[in-house]
This record gives sequence, C-alpha cells and structure tokens, in this order.
Amino acid sequence: MSGGGKWGRRLVIAVPNIWLILFFMVPFLVVLKISLSEPRIAIPPYAPLWDWVNGALEFNINFDNYAYMWEDSLYINAYLSSLKIAAISTLLALFIGYPMAYYIARSPEPRRSILLLLVVLPFWTSFLLRVYAWIGILKTKGVLNEALLWLGIIDEPLIIMQTNVAVYIGIVYTYLPFLILPLYANLVKLDDTLLEASYDLGASRISSFFRITLPLSMPGIIAGSMLVFIPVIGEYVIPALLGGLNISKTATGRWLRRWRW
Amino acid sequence: MRLRFTPVMALLGFIFLYGPIASLVIYSFNESKLVTVWGGWSLKWYGELFANQQIMDAAWLSLRIAAISASAAVVLGTMMAMVLVRFGRVRGKGLMSGMITGPLVMPDVIIGLSLLLLFVSMQGLIGWPSGRGFTTILIAHITFGMAFVAVVVQSRLSDMDDSIEEAALDLGASPLRVFFDITLPMITPALISGWLLAFTLSLDDLVISSFVSGPGASTLPMVIFSKVRLGVSPDINALASLIVLVVSIGIITAAILMRKKP
Amino acid sequence: MSEHILAAEAKPWRDEMAKPFVRIRGISKFFGDLAAVDDVSLDIYRGELFCLLGGSGCGKSTLLRILAGFETPSAGSIEIDGQDMTGVGANLRPTNMMFQSYALFPHMSVEKNIAYGLLREGVSKSEAMSRTADMLSLVKLDGFARRKPHQLSGGQKQRVALARSLIKQPKLLLLDEPLGALDKKLREETQFELIRIQEDLGVTFIVVTHDQEEAMTLSTRIGVMDAGRIVQVGEPRQIYETPNSKFVADFIGSVNIFDGEVDVAAPDMMRVNTAEGAILCEPLAGLKARQKLHIAVRPERIQLSRAPLELANSMPGMVEEVAYLGNLSIYRVRLEGGQCLKVSAANGLHEENPITWDEPVFVGWSSTASLVLIA
Repeated sequence: MSGGGKWGRRLVIAVPNIWLILFFMVPFLVVLKISLSEPRIAIPPYAPLWDWVNGALEFNINFDNYAYMWEDSLYINAYLSSLKIAAISTLLALFIGYPMAYYIARSPEPRRSILLLLVVLPFWTSFLLRVYAWIGILKTKGVLNEALLWLGIIDEPLIIMQTNVAVYIGIVYTYLPFLILPLYANLVKLDDTLLEASYDLGASRISSFFRITLPLSMPGIIAGSMLVFIPVIGEYVIPALLGGLNISKTATGRWLRRWRW
Repeated sequence: MRLRFTPVMALLGFIFLYGPIASLVIYSFNESKLVTVWGGWSLKWYGELFANQQIMDAAWLSLRIAAISASAAVVLGTMMAMVLVRFGRVRGKGLMSGMITGPLVMPDVIIGLSLLLLFVSMQGLIGWPSGRGFTTILIAHITFGMAFVAVVVQSRLSDMDDSIEEAALDLGASPLRVFFDITLPMITPALISGWLLAFTLSLDDLVISSFVSGPGASTLPMVIFSKVRLGVSPDINALASLIVLVVSIGIITAAILMRKKP
Repeated sequence: MSEHILAAEAKPWRDEMAKPFVRIRGISKFFGDLAAVDDVSLDIYRGELFCLLGGSGCGKSTLLRILAGFETPSAGSIEIDGQDMTGVGANLRPTNMMFQSYALFPHMSVEKNIAYGLLREGVSKSEAMSRTADMLSLVKLDGFARRKPHQLSGGQKQRVALARSLIKQPKLLLLDEPLGALDKKLREETQFELIRIQEDLGVTFIVVTHDQEEAMTLSTRIGVMDAGRIVQVGEPRQIYETPNSKFVADFIGSVNIFDGEVDVAAPDMMRVNTAEGAILCEPLAGLKARQKLHIAVRPERIQLSRAPLELANSMPGMVEEVAYLGNLSIYRVRLEGGQCLKVSAANGLHEENPITWDEPVFVGWSSTASLVLIA
C-alpha cells in the first residue's frame, strides 16, 4: 500500500488491539496472578505476588490453590460431573440433530431454506426464556405430567425437574442449533452422485448411509459436537434453573462459590 | 404410505424445538395464574408486564446496552477483520488472531470474573471506573461482541475476490477510498448479521453481566433469572411471547429481503 | 491519434538504439524461500503487445502484479516511460490492469464501473459520462450502461473490464489472462478485437497467458517464462522456428525430441548419434564431438511415404495410430529404435489408398528441419 496511508494503517491496527489487550488479555493475566497468590482474609483477599523487600524483588508464588483443587475430591468430582454431562448431552444432541440436519440438507428449495430458518430462529430469541419454558413443562404439575395423567399413561406425576434428566433436556434443547448448522453445511455439500453410485453398485439405502454418508459427514459431526461439548462444560444457567440443588455438583457452581468473597 | 425414518425424526425434532415456545405463547394468554389450569383467554398478563416498572427499566437498560455495544463491536470487529485478512504482513498477527478468538472459546464465567477483577483493581489504582454498572457492562459486551463480528466479517472478506479491491486501487483510489467505495458496500450483509449477532448475545447475556454489573444496574436477563428462580410467573410468559413475535417478524422480513436481493 | 507508429510494423526491438518504454531490471520476488520471479530483466517498447507466456506457477502473474504495484519486488527496479516506479503505490502508477476474474464492482452499474477511474482522477461528472459513452461504443456495449455486472454474459463482462481499464488512457495496460474465462469460439473472435483496440489506441499492452496459440496470435513479441525466469524472448515466428531450449520447443506447439551426442561437426554439416541412428542437421558454431544435445523436429516438417525418401534424414517405421482431423491427419509412427514420432500431413481431396494402421512406412526430413537444442 502507498506511504500516505501509513498512519491510517497503524491506527486501524492499534485501536482494536489495544481494546483487546486492555479488556481481554490483562484481566486474564490478573486472574492468573491471583490464582498463584496466597489467599488471605482481607481486601484484596490474596497476598501480593511479588514485593520489594529490603530493595530486592521477592516473589511469592503459591501453587496451593492448584494443589487444593486436586486434593479436594469435591472439586475433582465436580469436574468429572461437568465432563459427563457435556458428553452425554453432546451424544443426545447428535442423535436428535443428525436426522434433522440430514433431512434439511436433502430437502428441495424453498423448503430447505424455510426449515433452516426454523432451526436458527429460536437462537435469536432469549436463551433464558427458552430454558424457562421447560420449567412450565417439566414441573410436577406441569404440562407434560398433566397430559400424561390425562392420557392415562402414568398414574402419578413424574419427578423430572431438579434431576439430571431436566438438565439434559435443557442443554440439548438450547444447543441443538449449534450442532445442526455445521452438520447441515457439511451434508448439503455431499455429492448426490456418490449415493447414486453406491445404489448402482448394489448397496442398500441403509448400508449406503453407513458406508458413504456417515464417514463423509465426520468433519461436520466433529465440528458440531465441539460447538456443543465445549460451551456445555462451562454451562451454569441451565443446571441452576432446571437442576436445582444439583448445581453444586458442576464445576462452574463450585467455582463460583469459591470466588464469591 | 410407508413412514420413513428421517422425515419422522425431523418432524419430532421440530416439535421438540417449537413445543416449549408454543406452550409459552399459549399460556401467556391464560386468565388463570396457575400454569396447569386453563382459565380462558385473557390479555391481563401483558397489562401486568407493562405495569411492572422493574422489568420495563431492565428491558430499557438491556436494549440500550445491546444497541450501543453491538454498534461499537461492529466498528472494532471490522477493523480487526481487515487487519487479519487484508493487511498483508503485520507483526504479531498470530497473537492478534488468538486474542480475537479468545472471547469465543473462554467460558462466560471466566470472562466475567476476570473483567470484574480488572475493574476492581483499576478502581483501586486510577479511580476509574467508579463503581460498576452501565459502563462496565457495556465494555464487557463490546469485548465479546467484537470477537463474534470479527469472525463473521473475516469469513466474508476471505470469500471475497480481493482483485475487486485491487482494481479500485489500480484505478487511482486511495486505500481509504477503496474501503468506503468497494469493501464496505460488499461486506454490508456481514456487518448487518454481525451487528444482529452482537445485539442478540448482549441482550441474552446473564453470566458476564452478573459479574460486572453493580447495584442499580440490572439487565433484563438478570431480572428474569431472579424471578424465574422463584417459580413460573405468567408475566414472563407474556414477555417471552412478545420477544418471539418481534424476532419472528424480524427474521422473516430479513429472509424476504435477502431473497429479493441476490 | 493517428500519429502513433505501430510497433508491430516498426519492430523497435530490432534497433539497438531504440529507447525501451518499460525497463525491467533484475526483478526478483521471494515468497519465503521460494523465488516466484527470479532475476528477470526485460525491455518492452512503446506500442507493443507483449505476451508473457508460461505454465501455471511460472511467475508470470507475479511479474504482472509487480508491474501494477500490487507486489513489492524483493530486488530490482522498474522504469515506465523514464520514471522509476520504486515506492510508487498501485493507485499512483500510470498503468491499469485488466483482471483475470474481471473484478467488476458488483454493486455498481456498467457505466459507474467504467467511470470510476476518471472520477478518482477528479474529472468532472459530465466529462466522465461522455468519455464513458465513447468507451462503451469502442467495446460495442452501447445500451448496456445501466446494467449491473451480474446481468451480463461472460463476453460482455470481459469487455466492460477492458473498457474500465482503458478509460484513463494508461501508458501501459496489463492484462491477466484476458480471454481465459471465455469459451473457445468467443476467445478466437475476441483476440482480433483486442488487437484492433490496441492498434486504435496505441496503448502498450502486456498480456499474461498460458495459452500458446493466444500468445502467437496476439503478440508482437513473446517472453516465455519457466520457474520464475524468462527463458526466451522473441517474435512469435522466432520462438516457434528457433526455440533456444528443449523447454521452449516443447511448450510452443508440438515437437518430436531426440536425445543424442555430436558425432561429426563439419563446417557444412553436423551428424548427431541418437538411439534411432545418425541424424543430419545444420552445423552450429562452437559445437565439438561428443557434446550431448537434443534434436527437435516439428511434426509438420516430417514427410511420410511408403518408399524411402530422398532427404537428409530418412528412417523406416510402422504406423501405430492415425487420427483424422479433417484438414490434416496425425500419424504416430514407431521407429526401429523404439521411439514414437508424431507426424502431421495435410489431407488431399479424395485421396486414394491413404497410409493407414500397421503399414510399414518411411519418415524423412531435411537437415534444416532438425532443430539443435543444447539446453
């Protein structure tokens, strides 16, 4: 580019980067610093990481916080529980989302665009309110129980709220679009002639699916699963609303408690 | 007619997606306060919603924060995307692209907590920000909003044939002129969707806002969360129905506009 | 406008005293360790239609982008019309470029696309519009002014791109694969259109192409590139008839190549030993016995006959394949040493008993048809 724009160019580089350093990098380093400091009952509730003592810089690095995390079985259990919830929810979402993504990808236009819009639309409405909707459905005197009782399928209401089942339902419901979109993007690129070639060579629909479609859609499956699995590990709101008391079991819940001084 | 597996599963999936939303909307018109008892059609919860000053204040605050933070995020995020995609060799590019994706992968709790600690230390050191509230929430939302905008704009820019911008440069336009004449009109759809994304995420954020807000500045999700923890309340149903209505109208208009203009 | 001399007729490159219009001196461009352009020096004269010809990745497009100012060379300098271009931005150079993808501004009408360059120059709107109208009629697109690029066919887009790059009357127009995206028939028509416009306006053109036929049709001179270097520069006829290397002979047109070494190098004749026996060719100064070299023979210079031929070179062989192409036929003849020769021969009308598959034949060519290639 020409020399005249040199200062403009520097300005464009500087502005967003200064913002990110100030409000993303620095805070992160602050957390790192505190995690390495000795806790104190004071304000601030930690000892300084370094200090000038008799003219010499003295470091006071403390790994106790990390050691504590590994020693306290409650912490480890909380982490394992978070991972388990994330893994099971991802699998459930995959089971529900794959057929949907597949169906949308195989649909002719304009139906395809409309269905895709329907998948995206809930994402733009409030996440909190969509989780809230499940409370009305799942609670003991909620829509689901009343309907099942009325139909005579059950004799007494099911207890779903404040169990892991409710948490799974909430998570799968909220994160389903994140799984469907990358999977759809992958499946829609799948060349129809590959399937035709497979039928032509004598494979049935089911075996063509497992031998052609499924392996080729692996990148989409992985991308979608990651988009569900990673944020779910840190999920706090859904267990808090639907899991009730079980909240303390998740890593984030534990963590929050420890940091509220 | 034989029932096929995929369409049936897809239908069940869509029922799963829309069932809860439908139940929210239906019960928002319920005369009775009890969820399970149908007391006939009524608009009374909408009336109560608008009479609830706490919710109205929180909604107004959230909308202001969302609109301002989304606009700032579009400016900063677009600058970042331009630097990463169009500026050729820049020192520290790896660090920059790491920094911009950071807020996307970092759990909300950590972003919220680390910003809270920063604001507390800054207040101790330089006296700013004095207390937490509107400004601190705004800063937090701009930070994660710009990351989402940068991703959207980045992918649009890298799909775009860069010889179009080179052609304008070749015809004598200055780099700044090229940006406003050529690049900006061509990435407008990405800017709009980036803005909407940042706006929605800001409007929806509970965890980060809870950390960085102070007394007297409660956003809509914070108010809803505290109400919902106490149980189902029908005026929240009314609020949810209104949001669904606005979003649906918005998305459908956008879809129709997109179809008309290729 | 009429005073400009056609470089195609004046051939200024033959005159050692002529002043070049574009001087490229020792230009290199490295991407990491890879040299995309490797020490290229080239003189191009006013009014030329110069083609840079080479396969993909040979560095021809990078050289063009360096001329336009989009890439900064790692070494070397460029002078256009006596002005040093070092440090001059693409927006300030007296060059314009026509892009391979055409790069039309999708949100602007045809008219606005073409006028864009003039308006950036500060030309008044009314003048810009009247010059745009002239340009539209030059490229035969009157009536398309208000269309958007996506409403145009490939050929029309190509002409809008050409008009846009010519409107500022650049001293030098750079064209990157200008006909690459057109289908074969349209490409042939447009080649002559391009020459007409170039001769009308007298602008110097530098064209990048990978298509040797296109280069032969269009250019006053061709620069053949390989692996970042210019291998040969010359008029189309020179390049075809006296290629300076195996690469050029092979790249331009079709050729049969024999590997061999010099047996006898007499002042009036040279004999080269190959796997197919001795081949006679014209002597080349400075060659000694046992020197390894290649002999190239063009398929159309080889004669085919059922009886031995009265030519400097004559060899027996067997016809393996015949491809009938209408005006001519291509024969593949297997020689006794195992090499396969490609021979093309014009087809006569109602030819009786033409040579066909599995026939023993003789192939022959004169000593002047054997091109001696050292590299």
